[in-house]
Amino acid sequence: GCIRGWYVMEDVQEAYQAGVLNEKKYISRYWKEVKVGDFVQLRCNEIIPADILLLSSSDPDGLCHIETANLDGETNLKQRQVVRRFLELVKFDPLKFTSVIECEKPNNDLSRFQGYIVHKSGKKDGLFKENLLLRGCTIRNTEEVAGIVIYAGHETKALLNNNGPRYKRSKLERQMNADVLWCVLILLIMCLFSAIGHGLWVWQYAEKKKPIFDLPGPDGKYLSPVLASVYLFLTVIIVFQVMIPISLYVSIEIVKICQVYFIHQDKDLYDEETDSQLQCRALNITEDLGQVQFIFSDKTGTLTENKMVFRRCTVSGIEYSHDDNGELMIFFFYLTIKATVLCSSVCSCEKDITPDPSLLEKVNECAKHLEVMRSHEQPLSHLSPELCDIFDFFIALTICNTVVVTAPNQPRQKVATSKSMHRFGVLSSTSTDSTLLKLEEKLTYSAQMNNNGYSSQQGRTAVGSGPGEGELRYEAESPDEAALVYAARAYNCSLVGRLSDQVSVELPHLGTLSFEVLHTLGFDSVRKRMSVVVRHPLTDEINVYTKGADSVIMDLLLPCSSDDPWGKHQKKIQSKTQNYLNLYAVDGLRTLCIAKRVLSKEEYACWLKSHLEAESSIENREELLFQSALRIEKNLHLLGATGIEDRLQDGVPETIANLRKAGLQIWVLTGDKQETAVNIAYACKLLDHDEEIITLNAESPETCAVLLEQCLQCVESKFSNTTIDEAAGNMTVGFTPLYPPSSPVLSSLGLVIDGRTLAYALEPTLEDKFLALAKRCRSVLCCRSTPLQKSMVVKLVRDKLKAMTLAIGDGANDVSMIQVADVGVGISGQEGMQAVMASDFAIPRFRHLEKLLLVHGHWCYSRLANMVLYFFYKNAMFVALLFWYQFYCGFSGSSMVDQWYLIFFNLLFSSLPQLITGVLDKDVPAEVLITVPQLYKSGQNMEEYKPHMFWMNMIDAMYQSLVCFFIPYFTYYDSDVDIFSWGTPITTIALFTIMLHLAIETKTWTFLHWSSCIFSILLFFFVALVYNASCPVCHPPSNPYWTMERLMGDPMFYFTCIISPVVALLPRYSIFSHTSESLFQKHPKAEHTTDQTVAASPEGAVLYGENKLPSSASSLERSTGFHEVRHGTSEMESLPVGAAFPWSSAVDQADFSLLKWISSTPLFSRIGTVLQVSSSSLQNEPQDSMCVLGSSLHVDFKGLKEQSSNNLQDKMKGTPADYCKNDNSETTFL
Amino acid sequence: MKNKTSSLPQEGEARPSRCPDNSAFKQQKLPAWKPQLTIAAVLSSFFLTGVFCLSVGVCLIMSANSVREIQIDYSDKCSDCSKLRENSSNWNKECHCSVNFMLKEDILGDVFMYYGLQNFYQNHRRYVISRSDAQLLGRNVNIQKSYCAPFTTYRNGTPMAPCGAIANSMFNDTIDLFYNLNSSVIQVPLLKTGNSWWTDKNVKFRNPKSYNLSSAFAGTARPPYWQKPVYLLDEEDERNNGYVNDDFIIWMRVSAFATFRNLYRRVRRIRQFADGLPAGNYTFHISYNFPVTKFKGRKHVILSTVVWSGGSNPFLGIAYVVSGTAATLTEDI
Repeated sequence: GCIRGWYVMEDVQEAYQAGVLNEKKYISRYWKEVKVGDFVQLRCNEIIPADILLLSSSDPDGLCHIETANLDGETNLKQRQVVRRFLELVKFDPLKFTSVIECEKPNNDLSRFQGYIVHKSGKKDGLFKENLLLRGCTIRNTEEVAGIVIYAGHETKALLNNNGPRYKRSKLERQMNADVLWCVLILLIMCLFSAIGHGLWVWQYAEKKKPIFDLPGPDGKYLSPVLASVYLFLTVIIVFQVMIPISLYVSIEIVKICQVYFIHQDKDLYDEETDSQLQCRALNITEDLGQVQFIFSDKTGTLTENKMVFRRCTVSGIEYSHDDNGELMIFFFYLTIKATVLCSSVCSCEKDITPDPSLLEKVNECAKHLEVMRSHEQPLSHLSPELCDIFDFFIALTICNTVVVTAPNQPRQKVATSKSMHRFGVLSSTSTDSTLLKLEEKLTYSAQMNNNGYSSQQGRTAVGSGPGEGELRYEAESPDEAALVYAARAYNCSLVGRLSDQVSVELPHLGTLSFEVLHTLGFDSVRKRMSVVVRHPLTDEINVYTKGADSVIMDLLLPCSSDDPWGKHQKKIQSKTQNYLNLYAVDGLRTLCIAKRVLSKEEYACWLKSHLEAESSIENREELLFQSALRIEKNLHLLGATGIEDRLQDGVPETIANLRKAGLQIWVLTGDKQETAVNIAYACKLLDHDEEIITLNAESPETCAVLLEQCLQCVESKFSNTTIDEAAGNMTVGFTPLYPPSSPVLSSLGLVIDGRTLAYALEPTLEDKFLALAKRCRSVLCCRSTPLQKSMVVKLVRDKLKAMTLAIGDGANDVSMIQVADVGVGISGQEGMQAVMASDFAIPRFRHLEKLLLVHGHWCYSRLANMVLYFFYKNAMFVALLFWYQFYCGFSGSSMVDQWYLIFFNLLFSSLPQLITGVLDKDVPAEVLITVPQLYKSGQNMEEYKPHMFWMNMIDAMYQSLVCFFIPYFTYYDSDVDIFSWGTPITTIALFTIMLHLAIETKTWTFLHWSSCIFSILLFFFVALVYNASCPVCHPPSNPYWTMERLMGDPMFYFTCIISPVVALLPRYSIFSHTSESLFQKHPKAEHTTDQTVAASPEGAVLYGENKLPSSASSLERSTGFHEVRHGTSEMESLPVGAAFPWSSAVDQADFSLLKWISSTPLFSRIGTVLQVSSSSLQNEPQDSMCVLGSSLHVDFKGLKEQSSNNLQDKMKGTPADYCKNDNSETTFL
Repeated sequence: MKNKTSSLPQEGEARPSRCPDNSAFKQQKLPAWKPQLTIAAVLSSFFLTGVFCLSVGVCLIMSANSVREIQIDYSDKCSDCSKLRENSSNWNKECHCSVNFMLKEDILGDVFMYYGLQNFYQNHRRYVISRSDAQLLGRNVNIQKSYCAPFTTYRNGTPMAPCGAIANSMFNDTIDLFYNLNSSVIQVPLLKTGNSWWTDKNVKFRNPKSYNLSSAFAGTARPPYWQKPVYLLDEEDERNNGYVNDDFIIWMRVSAFATFRNLYRRVRRIRQFADGLPAGNYTFHISYNFPVTKFKGRKHVILSTVVWSGGSNPFLGIAYVVSGTAATLTEDI
């Protein structure tokens, strides 16, 4: 590349050994010239050219901010630190660098780097990933950094992560390749046949009686029959090579590119909000979109917006709902639409929080108290515990994070909060109470916002910031963090600056408070929490603020005895909080617990010692730090909890419902916690309230095995009751008919499994059982799954079930799953571009998947399938003509078609119409495909291109070629016709037949179809006339001079050319028209025009589209009709009898579930029969744990159920959470 | 860095919306016609096809039936000659035979005389290409480079004119037709020119330029199987000699099948034969030169009239009738 980096020209070895530098200046060099050991100096906004160890930074704290969007898609800034000992240097001078660096071999782990640096003095320093600047990242907020190159070129972590191009072959192409092999076989058989025929032909003329037309070789000798047949075999391979459809591959590529173009151009796949459209990143798997059977979806950012709205919080056991936030956002959304402010302004939902008045009041009161206290030098303990909690709660919200503060007008510039400014609130906080005022502000400044190029360039936007310098932007690693900081700001507790060792918080009345950050214990997925250790400026106490998942925080709380009133109170608060947390989870909110711990000086000193040891250790550092964090994060004092809403994207439930109707199984694989995931699943109708839900939570492989076995048995027993259904359709899991509950019921199943259980279930011993169970379920929800697990699940389904899989996700954690799946779809949303980069298709919204699959997928598949079959037919039919001729020319390999026609036939004369049809043909209009998603099943079941269809087409090709050969043969039998005067009509007839065949196969005609067909035929005649008139000796050895001209003056030519295609196509046409006739007898006027039109049918007016009750029957017939057309034309077979059955049940079910939905009011009680089996109870009495399926089985299992719930109760540890769970299961049992 | 950030906003502003055009083509909403296969449409299509085919078929059959044709196989009748020709050493011995036949009724109109061959694979791959079009166009070309092998030159280097297997194997029987009228024998006047395609005679074939034909072919030799050199093919007519000889031209147009006929002569419509051939006894006088026994071939001589639809072959008419019937029947089913 030509992007320049700055560095000193100095070889690494020399630097190590000699340590002498002659060059004194940094000079600019190309990236490719950067070598390991070079010293590189980089400026702000430059891209890092190699993996560089940070040795110096212009930042006084030795920090460097980098943006890693190129690597992991995260747009927030990350801090990197200068290697410890170099921090002390006043000015880094590469000339004085004498240390030796040892580090691990190049690897692709972006989140790990280990090594140490040995100084001349012999002292060792550890090197960690915080010291490493990775190639591809961008320097931000730091004026100048310098470092030494550790890995360069292909050894950099970024490039090692680059797995190289993936090659995906579509299912259709794989199927096609098998048939190409058959074509090769047919070719070989034909050649062999010809060779043997020629051998016999030669053999019949004895050696002495060679006929005059059998030529000797140049040496005057005749070939022996065997040798002649060997030569002929090779000759006819060349003559018949058209049989192998090489041009098919070229045509397929062309068609796919055009299909991609049209998918690109689809207006419906354009998202106005983000001004993004669908991107096809893989050009060769468009038709796979039409055959998908399983969809694996991420939740956050895919089903949901990944825009966090602070919805609720509870402090000290008192709940403050912020219900109007959601509504405000909607209101705001409409406002912005009205004001035609595009995308960026809507994204600001995280920031607009209407504070709860009572809580705001309390905060103000608290702040006032504090101010008074501070001015009077009173200790803080005078504050009531509740206010104290509230104060700490907001402090924790504000500082317990890694949010970076940036000023909007200077994007990516760290707010210059020099240390002297901290004590005095120079920076003004403009948060006002009136949000409406804010709204107006926003609308006014929208124009300015558009000017802010950064806002559109970055996913996270600067909207909502006024023109003043005061409005700050927060950049967070996760949207939740930002949402919390914004929420705190709404309560006038705003984060104004963050340095490595200091956080400044502005509070009402108090002004800016600076917290000295002693340690930040970052979030990790094992601990599921993060903590900051700060020195409180008011009390000078050392406080630990912890924020994390409720499940872990609740266990780390200070155990409080129920003896003293304070403990009682705390316990009460805890149980209340837990109740609220459960409620939040039910509402689908993401919950976080906030807790605090006050450390005594001694405790801290003790901990600090071990922590420093851990930090400075070189080996095993991560593990030690983890242990160290565990030591300090205990005995916490619960402050409160928050509930953040992750809103569903538009149209997600409808899309899921429609995709389901299309026979797709949707699995959701999420990293979220189970409760949240389940609730989102309900919200997006992935799980239905009528569904039985199997929940698999196991804590050991053995439990998991037992659990799986039992669930499987239950399911099997249920399924065995309804074997008829099973026989009816293998892929109709989603369409199981819903009978009245009294009869043996097969209600649909949902499976919920958590990450740990999933890990066990994915073990080779259990995966088959897991799959057997999951296959039976209508929907599967995997919670708390890691990226690797996601990809393993996809791989499992793909490999074991041989199913076509689609993975959709938006974040870096979905990349592996996207890559593994047959079709990877990325959502170009909030979390950067990494998923998009890995994907085959990138769509702006989840709802676009519907049209992408149901319409484009179906079209692409049906077009390509038909084109491939047509191609096989076309080549076979043409080659067969040449083959029949061998019977009349002594199998000599001669051809009656002129060589140029042979070349041009596929290339020019017959290529265009099939391409046009392959690109533009629509078997069913888009509107119908959307309204009748069942049509998608034709792709899943490979109905357009079944293995036998190849042979049907071959037989048809043989018949047609026989007709096209023998009609002219007998017509010109024993006449004075010459070889080309006879071959040219054959070519013409073949062309006509092939065109008319295509015409029968074409479902809709546009002017392009017409013109391409007419053009091709005219082109043939034009080329033939010109070629035959051009010159008499130009084309040796064939010499068809004036043949076409003469033929066109001969009426017999026309009569032959008319009758042959008619006879050749009569069978196909009559079968085609008969199947359609039978259709049209049912629906005399099936006019599929547009959406939900009222079409006349024998029964009367029919409203079709949505499966409304009165119209369901006829709309069903209608859909069968479509099915039939396609079926009949492509397969030459009549409609499968059972085709109507699953659809009718689908319709019935839709109606039924609608009624049920209306009748079921309480949300929670209808979750289904969820049974949580704790591992302990399982191990004690494994026979008691069971899954409960189907209301018919309830009676039998009632006793068992009670037993097991008692069991559960016995095993209770007394936490409110478990009580709640128990309540939950009881309500569902009864 | 400063200027970098300031340039960004303009980019953001100037960027047009990426929304795709709402054109019918791009949205795949071009006005389309879906064939409406109503019963009426399908039935009428079958019916019309049937009626059309039937009527064309009847016309074709009628016209084919109007063709008068007589075909005489003379390979057996001249068995002596054929035996003689089996031995190639007798190539220069003349052999004549005559074949009598009787026309029961007049053949009116233009009467064409064909010779027919069976089992002669003129369409053999290597045979078909064994010719030099450039040589036949009168150009002085190096035929060594053509496809003529092995019939290019003699061992001594003398090139063959014309070269190639097609020319070498030219049909060289001469057939004369005599009308036996009241014990007098009248030779039927036959036209030996105007039988080939005009383009062949005038464009594709030309003699080499020289003051006379024999000098034009000086330095060349006749093909091995020929009895006389190419410039003696028709000594009577300068314009029918050499490469532009009609018999030669017709032979060079290789037939499509192993059984074929080539136009040999046309009856000149003068005197008794002004209306065609009257009924009566005729005799073919054949100079038998062309050996066919080697490949079990047969030779015919054919007298036929010609109509607009070609010869007497009724196949196409029958095909039309059958498919017309089939179409009509399909409609009923």
